[in-house]
Amino acid sequence: MATAHSRAAARLTMAPAVVLLLGWMLIPLAMTLYFSFLRYNLLMPGTEEWIGTLNYQYFLTDPAFFTALGNTLALVGGVLALTVCGGIGLALLLDQPFWGRGIVRLLVIAPFFVMPTVSALVWKNMLMNPVNGLFAAVARGLGLQPFDFLSEAPLSSIVLIVTWQWLPFATLILLTALQSLDRERLEAAEMDGAGAVDRFVHIILPHLARAMTVVTLIQTIFLLSVFAEILVTTNGGPGNATTNITYLVYSLSLLQFDVGGGSAGGIVAVVLANIVAVFLMRMIGRNLDL
Amino acid sequence: MGEIVLNRITKSFGDVSVIPPLDLTIADGEFVVFVGPSGCGKSTLLRLIAGLEDSSSGAIRIDGKDATALPPAQRGLAMVFQSYALYPHMTVRNNIAFPLKMARMDKAAIDRKVEAAAKVLNLTSYLDRRPGQLSGGQRQRVAIGRAIVREPTAFLFDEPLSNLDAALRVNMRLEISELHASLGTTMIYVTHDQVEAMTMADKIVVLNAGRIEQVGSPIELYNRPCNRFVAGFIGSPRMNIIEGAETGGQAHAIGIRPEHLALSTDSGHWAGTVSVSEHLGSDTFVYVQVDGVGTLVARAGGEFPVRHGDRVWLTPQPDRLHRFDAEGKAL
Ligand SMILES: Nc1ncnc2c1ncn2[C@@H]1O[C@H](COP(=O)(O)OP(=O)(O)OP(=O)(O)O)[C@@H](O)[C@H]1O
Ligand SMILES: [Mg+2]
Repeated sequence: MATAHSRAAARLTMAPAVVLLLGWMLIPLAMTLYFSFLRYNLLMPGTEEWIGTLNYQYFLTDPAFFTALGNTLALVGGVLALTVCGGIGLALLLDQPFWGRGIVRLLVIAPFFVMPTVSALVWKNMLMNPVNGLFAAVARGLGLQPFDFLSEAPLSSIVLIVTWQWLPFATLILLTALQSLDRERLEAAEMDGAGAVDRFVHIILPHLARAMTVVTLIQTIFLLSVFAEILVTTNGGPGNATTNITYLVYSLSLLQFDVGGGSAGGIVAVVLANIVAVFLMRMIGRNLDL
Repeated sequence: MGEIVLNRITKSFGDVSVIPPLDLTIADGEFVVFVGPSGCGKSTLLRLIAGLEDSSSGAIRIDGKDATALPPAQRGLAMVFQSYALYPHMTVRNNIAFPLKMARMDKAAIDRKVEAAAKVLNLTSYLDRRPGQLSGGQRQRVAIGRAIVREPTAFLFDEPLSNLDAALRVNMRLEISELHASLGTTMIYVTHDQVEAMTMADKIVVLNAGRIEQVGSPIELYNRPCNRFVAGFIGSPRMNIIEGAETGGQAHAIGIRPEHLALSTDSGHWAGTVSVSEHLGSDTFVYVQVDGVGTLVARAGGEFPVRHGDRVWLTPQPDRLHRFDAEGKAL
């Protein structure tokens, strides 16, 4: 694919897909953008009118926005840190030969196939519930006071739930990367006098860098829009403690019926996501051209 | 200093015994080559010495000390792998410096040693490149550089040249031989290329199914192979083996190397028809269908103008005949 001719041919054959994708993306985006400049409240039909950037002013000066921004970053950052570290640990374990490895690998992947709403409900009602939950039962069994996760540490609890869902994905990607590591390279390092820790730091981690970047990128895209887990467990509360940007947009548009304000929030979220994307692309650009 | 002694060493993977009890002594400073057919256990034996595999029983002494239970890093050996096993995310400099960094040597000393090694191996202008930006031969040199900076008691090479093209192989072969001459360190070298074995070795160890068939200098193995396996394995093209009536009854089989068969177009011991003749310029290999014996290969120095279907005569040099008994042992 190096000649000018083949590049032109490649562009031509890609064009239909690109046009379709652009249309698919641009039309909803354009409508949201349009709504964000209107006064558009579902409770007052027929009063739609152009109000300029007023929606943005309200949204960006709303204290709830800053809380939501902080929560979003904490959620994304927390889950990323936990899944990447936990994923590396699990991948290292699952790469060792042990009896029943195939079944254990299958079980580790399982949480990924549970729907977010279902897993959030299971965590809320069966595990974290201070009266009926498993954790409370264990705490009582040990003679401790049960801990009410979702009201005392709501954001951390949601981070935990989302981490549980995404850990299999991270593990799977990192495990495949680990399996592609040349055994002879590890043996060479062993002969060079590198102990287990040095081998991990100097050989295994650099080899996993690319997979870690892929995990980070893909998960960030999904984690910026975590919604079901919050809706099902805390409804964004207590107060605004677990409201992220996605949930804030939802509550503006569909709980306060302010479609204009919600759209402005949506556009702000798109801009923020793009800022994150630029940072990630920078990081990846460095990591991917090894 | 770098003497390596294997005493009744064995290795099995599960139920499969790969190395039956084996004894071998490698003297300090010797260049020893392991040869043998694919799957005979050459790499396994090398990895046992390196400590990358645990022996099932027996003892290994390196440099006078019992090394049977020592981890690879403490055996003081350096290994060059067939796949080079370079660290792709590090520059050439850092690749070569890695073993020194692991030994927690100070920075200035590391730099000095890396520069010195790079100079010996002609890598100075590539020090800041990554392995991915080097040619096969350069990568091989980096792998060797990584081995020599550690100043090991012995070097282990597992088919280090098999990924290189023919011309480069000859070059690298010479470079490794030169390196051995200048360092004087024990080297163990695995190959199934018999030119490498013959040209580089002080001592060749011929392996077959994990057993040592014969140990000796290249010329010893060439002149006095102790059995048919070694006779067939050393020398190219292979030794001609003749069984049946032609042996004259004193032996089960006789063997004669192609270079010890005199070719003639008018008279000789055996008469036959040329099936193929390979003209290399420096030599001519003639495959002759001998009446009542089978196909024999003969080598003539220089150009020998025969073609398919020509009638030729072959005469063996009587003092170069090898005789084997029914078990294949040399008589
Ligand atoms: N990890 C292992 N598990 C089971 N069998 C093994 C293992 N490693 C090697 N073997 C077996 O041991 C035998 C010797 O293997 P080895 O790699 O030493 O051969 P080799 O002489 O180096 O061959 P080649 O010239 O093809 O490299 C082979 O039959 C191989 O199948
Ligand atoms: Mg091998």
